Parts: sequence; C-alpha cells; structure tokens
Amino acid sequence: MKGMTLIVRTITDFVVAFIVVFGAYIVLYGHLTPGGGFAGGVIIACAFILLMLAQGKEVAFSRFGEKTAHVLDSTGALVFLAIGGVGLTAGFFFKNVFGRGEPFRLLSSGMILPANIAIAFKVVGSLYLVFTALAIFRRRSFRSMIEDELT
Amino acid sequence: MENITPQLYTLLVFMVVGSIVAIETRNLLSAVISVSAVGFALSIAFLFLGAPDIAITQLVVEVLVLIILIRGTILIDNTAIETHRDTLAVVTSLILFGLLLGFGAMIFGSSGFPEFGEPLMRVSRVYVQTGMPSTYAANLVTAIILDFRAYDTLGEVAVLFTSILGALALLRKDGKVAREEVVSA
Repeated sequence: MKGMTLIVRTITDFVVAFIVVFGAYIVLYGHLTPGGGFAGGVIIACAFILLMLAQGKEVAFSRFGEKTAHVLDSTGALVFLAIGGVGLTAGFFFKNVFGRGEPFRLLSSGMILPANIAIAFKVVGSLYLVFTALAIFRRRSFRSMIEDELT
Repeated sequence: MENITPQLYTLLVFMVVGSIVAIETRNLLSAVISVSAVGFALSIAFLFLGAPDIAITQLVVEVLVLIILIRGTILIDNTAIETHRDTLAVVTSLILFGLLLGFGAMIFGSSGFPEFGEPLMRVSRVYVQTGMPSTYAANLVTAIILDFRAYDTLGEVAVLFTSILGALALLRKDGKVAREEVVSA
C-alpha cells in the first residue's frame, strides 16, 4: 500500500490524534456514559487503520507496529483474566473487591474501569491485526500464489 | 415515550430490502455495501429503541467491517458472482427452518415454560435495582457486562483472542514459506 493523495494524508495526520483522544474518552468514561472498552477500542483501532489506508503501511507500522499490536492483544486478555483472579482471592471469580469510590466520579465503580481499559487494549490490538492480516498479508500471499503458478 | 413504531417499521422495511439486495446482487462490492447499509440502519434502530451503548458499538464495528470487506473485495480481480444457488439446497433449508419453527412452537406453546414476557423483567429487575448501589457505576450497561456478567465478557475476550490467533496463523506469509521449505527439503 502506497497511500493516498497529499490532501488526504494532511487531513489524516491532523485528525488521527483527535480520534484516538475520543476513543480514550469513550473507554475511560465507559462506566459513566454510553460506551465502554469495546466501542472505544474499535474507535482507536479505526484511527490507526485510517492512518494505514491514507499513509501506507510503512508510516502506520512505524507509529503502531505489528509487534506492539500483538503485545497489546495478549496483555489485554491477561490483565482482564488477572482482574478476575484478584476477585477470586476475596471470594469468587470477578468479585468487585476494589474500592468503589463515589458515584459519578471518574475513579469509581471498582474493577469496572480497569476492566474497560484491559478490554480496550485487547480490542485495539486484535482489530488492527485483523485489518493487517486481511488487507496486507492476503495481498502478499495472493501475489506469491500467482508467482508460484507462473514459475 | 412517544410512539416510534412508524420509524422502526420504515427502518425494518429498509433493512429487509437491503438484505435481499445483498443476497441477490451479482456484484460482490454492491453486496458488501448493502450489508453495511443494513448495519447502519440497525444502529439507528438501536438509537430509537433507547440503547445508545449498542448503537455506538454497532456503528463503529460497521465502519470497520465496511473498510475491511471493501479492502478484501477490491483485491479480487473478478468481483461478479457467476454461480447460481442450488434450488434443492434452498428448498431443503426452508423446510428444515419451518420444521424448527413448528417444533419450537409446539414445545414453547404447550407448557413447562412461562408465558412470553411473564413475569416481566424477573432477572433484570434485580440488576436495575442493585446495579447502581452495589457497583457505583452510573452506566448500568457497563455495570452489567463488567460486574454481574463479567464471566460472559471473559468468554468473549477468549473467543476474540483465539480467533485472531487462528486468523493470523492462517493468513501470514512466514508460516507458508517455512512449510514450503520443509516440503522441498
């Protein structure tokens, strides 16, 4: 992928940061307003997919590499499991043992906020990887298949 | 709450037409775009029904799926669908689906199960009443999926993780090259 025209690339450079911030807002305020880890994670993943579509895969991989996506994907799942395990020490799996705080505050509702963040990491990593797998690996393997046919 | 049924019926008709177009059209790209139109209409329907959480999720997932499917579609040279559907298969699946509906009506219609919607909100009443005081999460949907039903969410995370792992293992090039080297050696 080489990327698109100069206009698209300039606008994308300008807009991506705002999309990431909006996604982070959706994640962090998931326990107070509509949204949550999954929706916010998809928005952040969409920002980097936009970057890849507009600027090409070299720029996108330099900002958010494939390996980083793998690490985010795995740590998100493990952290979510660990949050459940912390509850296990106090009684049962996914027991809400963290301090609940005051209602309608950002730092409230115990394990729901960290669980949202963990799910967001997981969703960002995995959806970015799905896109790279379907859009880039496939093109490469298609070409290699054709080359195999010709040789 | 005002009457929203006309809007919902309009959206429903639009979604049914979009689905039929997606199935019947010959061009793969048109099929992808009609499927996405159905998804966006579903997102608006969720907004009308008062479920902004699901509407947001549906919207962003629909955007992502549209991008991925279009990228996947335009890489294929020939996007026209030439093969016809097997009439026998369609008829068989329709008959089986009808049998399923019939037996389902027999089982659920007779006895042993409570009436549809009776008692109203037996499980969710507990969630609605104790959700806010026991979790202090202002968004009740999040309180349910991450506290009362966190185990279900763990299952979702596991499914997502495994499917990504499988897709990457199947689609990436490095594994393919290594296997070919093994075969040739």
